[in-house]
Amino acid sequence: MTTAENILSPGASAPAAQATPPRRSFAFSGPASAAAPSAHAARPAYAIWWGGLAAALAWLALGLLTALWPNKPAGFSDWAYTAEFAWLAFGAGTVLLALGLMPALTAPVSSRVRVAGPWLVALAGGLGAWEILTAKLGALPPPFFAPPQSLIEVYVSDWIRLAESTGNSLQLLLNGVVLGALAGFLVGVLIGWSRRASYWIHPVLRVLGPLSTTALLPISFYFFPSSWSTAVFLIALGTGFPVAILTWSGVASVNRNFYDVARTMGASPWFLVLRVAIPAALPQVFVGLFMGLGHAFATLVVAEMLGVKSGLGWYLTWAQGWASYPNMYGALLLMALLFSGIITLLFLVRDRVLSWQKGTVKW
Amino acid sequence: MVDLTNLKAPDAGAAVRPVSGAHIEVRNVSHWFELPGGALQVIDDLDLSIMPGEFVALLGPSGCGKSTLLRLVAGLEPATAGSLLQNGQPITEPDPSRIVVFQDPTLFPWRTVWDNVALGLQARGLLKAQRHRVDEALRLVGLATFAGAFPHQLSGGMAQRVALARALVNDPSLLVLDEPLGKLDSLTRLSMQTELVELWQRSGFSALLVTHDVEEALFMAQRVVVFSERPARIRQVLVNDLPYPRHRGHPRLAELRHEALALLGLDASW
Repeated sequence: MTTAENILSPGASAPAAQATPPRRSFAFSGPASAAAPSAHAARPAYAIWWGGLAAALAWLALGLLTALWPNKPAGFSDWAYTAEFAWLAFGAGTVLLALGLMPALTAPVSSRVRVAGPWLVALAGGLGAWEILTAKLGALPPPFFAPPQSLIEVYVSDWIRLAESTGNSLQLLLNGVVLGALAGFLVGVLIGWSRRASYWIHPVLRVLGPLSTTALLPISFYFFPSSWSTAVFLIALGTGFPVAILTWSGVASVNRNFYDVARTMGASPWFLVLRVAIPAALPQVFVGLFMGLGHAFATLVVAEMLGVKSGLGWYLTWAQGWASYPNMYGALLLMALLFSGIITLLFLVRDRVLSWQKGTVKW
Repeated sequence: MVDLTNLKAPDAGAAVRPVSGAHIEVRNVSHWFELPGGALQVIDDLDLSIMPGEFVALLGPSGCGKSTLLRLVAGLEPATAGSLLQNGQPITEPDPSRIVVFQDPTLFPWRTVWDNVALGLQARGLLKAQRHRVDEALRLVGLATFAGAFPHQLSGGMAQRVALARALVNDPSLLVLDEPLGKLDSLTRLSMQTELVELWQRSGFSALLVTHDVEEALFMAQRVVVFSERPARIRQVLVNDLPYPRHRGHPRLAELRHEALALLGLDASW
């Protein structure tokens, strides 16, 4: 019997509680707790998901608001896809209602989305506020601020160009990041391992490393045959610098005793590098990759805006040229999802490779 | 200065089992550390020999240069002056016939217990042919069921047992023990002292143990070399000819312990 229960039912002493268990009066434990035979029974597995019901209400309200409140005329034809946006909100609300009311039927799904309840409410609230401020009241100036349904229009009408741009960005990014990460890793191991390599490479890294890759952009366009290869080079440079520095620090900070242990057991220098130094440095290498990806994203967007004639960065400037702001929002959202997805992938790989570690940061 | 090169090792135990241990000779070895303030002498003209299959312990105040001597014997560092021989051959570099077990288990955290034990065989390219020896070594230290565990899942005593298995899998002729039980709790310590002695008796390697636990040195070793303050010189050699298995309550051990503490200037509380 816990202290809390003693406070809630002060009349029940310990032996009496064994004979007739005191009823719990916690509101959130739901109706099932009344039927539970003992106060110590586990929480019921399939309780009604109140958070889901709240989210369902929020999404249904968003649908009603979008459908019933007429858009404010903005001097051109009405915002397209308003009805479709309302139907999407109704659809989301209905699914959440089902998940909330019939937890037993949908147990495998609902148990996974349960934690997202508060976020689903907030998302509906945010979309509702956005909808009201743009389409319904016109409080935010219309050409620059588009309502949520305009994103649907962008994705439906321009998905081919967006898909091509995403593909081109991804290809450019992949080439640059893979080259840069490999080069940075090799340079890092080299200067971490060899004193002579460190003597020559370290000063170069110190001077050129902190230089922003975007600052090199104008001059690099002259040295490379195409703007595409320039961009690959600069993305590689942006990725490679942090990877090199952190690999180096990882290799340099390996516990000296690890080498002694391996050496007494007959390890060759190659064994020491490949089987001792590099595995020991891997946690740092992943930090370097994480930082390198940040540099790579920044370089990619600027390179596409200034020189490369394709990709999401190019799409942004192109849409700006046509003053089609909804397209910019659409491209930005896509870009955010793409970059976040890549980082998530990196963390998945890291968690797998470094499964021997404990207590690592979750993305 | 006691000359130990001619000192005959007591052959208790050595006669009853096959001797494959190394014969180690330390001749007139002196050693200095290069420090910013100048050279610091840590070992002063040291003579010491370990007979094949013998168990020798080095006992001395902390920082006296015992561990440095171990590094020289292991071949991890060259001596500034003097020579070190193994079976008559000079010791110039680390060799799998002389394996060190450090105070920290220094297991590789990214390898499982099995892969840690396999380290030496893998480093010499023998792993494919001799995988069974890894399993045997793990069984020898009683950790066969932990083969797939990672080091961070082990207790201190278990980690040190893995380190021991990792050493034994190489079939060393000299096992160098650098305070291997120093960081364990006192109960684990006592049981591992017995285990180590049993392993040594069964395998027949020579053993060189550094410790600053007087009782541990006397309980385990046949000869205990007591060192002075830095630079290390030999103050006295205590011979313990009690047969194995030994009993901690034996009056001869208490006698030797008093003697050792007196040599270290710590007998005021006796």
